[in-house]
Amino acid sequence: MSKDTRWQSLWHIPLILGGITCLLPLAFMITTALAPPEAAMRATDNFWEMVIPQNWRWENFIIVWEIVPFLRYYINSLFVAVVATTGQVLTSAMAAYAFSRIRWPGRDKLFLAYLATMMIPGLVIMIPNFILMKLIPEGLEIAVPVVDWMSLRYLGTSADATGIGRLAGLDSYFALIAPGMFSAYGTFLLRQFFISLPKELDEAAKIDGCGHWKIFTKVILPLSIPGLTALTLLTFMTVWGAFLWPLVATNQEYLRTLPVGLQAFQGQYSTEWHLMMAASLLMLVPVIVLFLVGQRFFLSGLTVGSVKG
Amino acid sequence: MKGSGIRRRETLIALAFLLPNIIGFFAFTAGPVLASLLLSFTSWDLLTPPQWVGLGNFWELIGFHRSVDGVRANDPDFWKYLYNTIFMLMSLPINIATSLIVALILVKNIRFTYVYRLVFFLPSILAGIAIYYLWRWIYNPDYGLFNSILAFIGIDGPNWLTDPNWVKPAIIIMQIWIMIGGVGMVLYIAALRNVNTELYEAAEIDGANPWQSFWAVTWPSVMPVTFFLFTIGIINGLQWGAEAVMVMTEGGPFGASTTLGYYIYLKAYQDFEMGYAATISWILFVLIFGLTLLNWKKGGGSIED
Repeated sequence: MSKDTRWQSLWHIPLILGGITCLLPLAFMITTALAPPEAAMRATDNFWEMVIPQNWRWENFIIVWEIVPFLRYYINSLFVAVVATTGQVLTSAMAAYAFSRIRWPGRDKLFLAYLATMMIPGLVIMIPNFILMKLIPEGLEIAVPVVDWMSLRYLGTSADATGIGRLAGLDSYFALIAPGMFSAYGTFLLRQFFISLPKELDEAAKIDGCGHWKIFTKVILPLSIPGLTALTLLTFMTVWGAFLWPLVATNQEYLRTLPVGLQAFQGQYSTEWHLMMAASLLMLVPVIVLFLVGQRFFLSGLTVGSVKG
Repeated sequence: MKGSGIRRRETLIALAFLLPNIIGFFAFTAGPVLASLLLSFTSWDLLTPPQWVGLGNFWELIGFHRSVDGVRANDPDFWKYLYNTIFMLMSLPINIATSLIVALILVKNIRFTYVYRLVFFLPSILAGIAIYYLWRWIYNPDYGLFNSILAFIGIDGPNWLTDPNWVKPAIIIMQIWIMIGGVGMVLYIAALRNVNTELYEAAEIDGANPWQSFWAVTWPSVMPVTFFLFTIGIINGLQWGAEAVMVMTEGGPFGASTTLGYYIYLKAYQDFEMGYAATISWILFVLIFGLTLLNWKKGGGSIED
C-alpha cells in the first residue's frame, strides 16, 4: 500500500462522496430493519435518524420467520440454487471440454449456435418454457400412465404434511431447477478457461494412457478451479435472485423462493416496511458473504466472460 | 481405414460429453426459441386450441390504421412503452461515465483502493428484488430517504413513483445507483492497467495537458471496453424492467413506467395472450439484434488496432 502524496489525497474527496452515495440506501435499509413499526414511519425531516439506527429491535429478524413460512422460502431457495448450480457447472464443464479439447466435425458451428442464443432475450424463451412446463404432466400422463403426474404431492399423510408439488411441470421443483441447469453462457465461460490451458497437457496424459474422461477429471478440472469457482458463484447468485420464472412457474406457497416470498410482506393497502427490509437483508446475507469470500474469482470470471470473448 | 475409425470414436466421445448440456440446450433454449417464433403467428389463451393468425399479431402490434382523426397506431400502448424503455436507457451513458471516472481515480494507487472498489461494486452485486423493494421504500413520499435528503437541503420532494412526470427519472436514478461502479468499473480498471505508459510520456513530451492526453491516449485505449459496455447495456436495457417495474410501480401511473419487458409479462400472464406476448418479444429481439449489428458496424472499425 502506497502513501499518498498531498495532491493524491485530494482524490479521496470524490471517492468518499461517491462511496457515501453507494452506502446511504443500504444504511436506510438497516435502520428500517431495526426499527419498531411506528418508528419505521419516520417523517422525512429527520435525515440523520433515517440513516443511523435509533433502535436495535432485533425481534424484527425473528418475527420474519414467524409470520410467514420464511424458513420454507429459505430452504427452497437454497435447495433450488444448490442443485441448479451444481448441475449447470457440471453440464457446462463437460460441454466446454467437448468444445475445446476434442476435435470433431461441426464443433465450431454448434458453438456458434450456442453463442447466438446468448443474444436472445430471456423473455422470448420464458413464454414457451412456461407452456412446456404446463404441457409436461399432461404429456407424461399419456406416455407413462402408471404414475400420477398431475396431482400435487405431499411428504407424509397427516394434515400438516409437507407439500412438494408435482413431480414435473408447473408447481414442481423440477420447473424451478431444470431450466437453470443448462446455460450457453456457462459453457462459453468455461470454454474460454479451458482453451487457455496448453495442449501439451492432454498429449502427456494421453501418452500415460489416459482417456478423455481421465484427462477431463484429473488434468483439466483441477487446473480450472478459478474458472469453475467463478461460474459457481455467478450461477448461484443468479438462481438465488431469480424472480420472474419462479413467480410464473409456481403457484403453491410452499414452493415459493425468497424473492417471490418477499411479496408476503406487501399488504393490499400498506406494507410492513420494517419486516420487508429485515427479510430483504436476510435474503442478501448469503450474497454478501459469497461475494466477499470469492471476490477474486468473481471479478476474474466477469473479465473473462466479457472482454476476451 | 484406421484414421476415420479414431475420428468417429472421438466424435462419439465428444457427443457423450455434450449430451447432458445439449438436451437442456434444445429443451429449454433452442426449442423454445423456435416455439416462440411459431407462437408469434398464433392467437392462444392456453384454454382453447391455438389459432393461426399469420402476420395478424405483428400488424396489430406495429401497424397503423386510418381513423376519423388521422392515422393512428393499432396498439398505441406499444409505442408508449417503447418510448418509456428507450427513455430509461438514458442511465446507460451516465453509468459508462461514472464507472470510467471511478476507475480512473482508482488506478492512481491511492490508499484504501481495495475498500473503495468493494463499496462501488456492492450495489451491482445486491441488485435484484430486495433492492427494488428498498428503492420503492426510499421513494416513499412521506417516510422515504429520498425526500428526507431533499428536505435536508430545503426542497419539498414530489411523489416519485406515483407522479407520471417523476416516475421515469426516479427509476433512472435507481439504475444509476446500481451500476455506479459495477462491471464497468472492474473492466475499466483492468483496461487502464494495460495502457502503455510510454504513450503518456510521449504525449507529455508533445506538450499535451491531462485533458488532451485523456482524449489522445486513454479514451482510445479503453474504447473496446466502452464499446462492450454499450453493446451489453443496450441488449440488457431494452429487455429490462419486468421485475423492477412490477415490484416498484406495477407499470404505473397510467403506464408511465411500463417497459416492453413488463408489457410482455402483462400480456402473457395477466391477459393470457401468449401469441401476442411472443410477438412483442420477437419485435424486441429484432430491435436488439438490429441495434447490436449497427453497433458492430459503427464500432468495429475503431477497435481494430
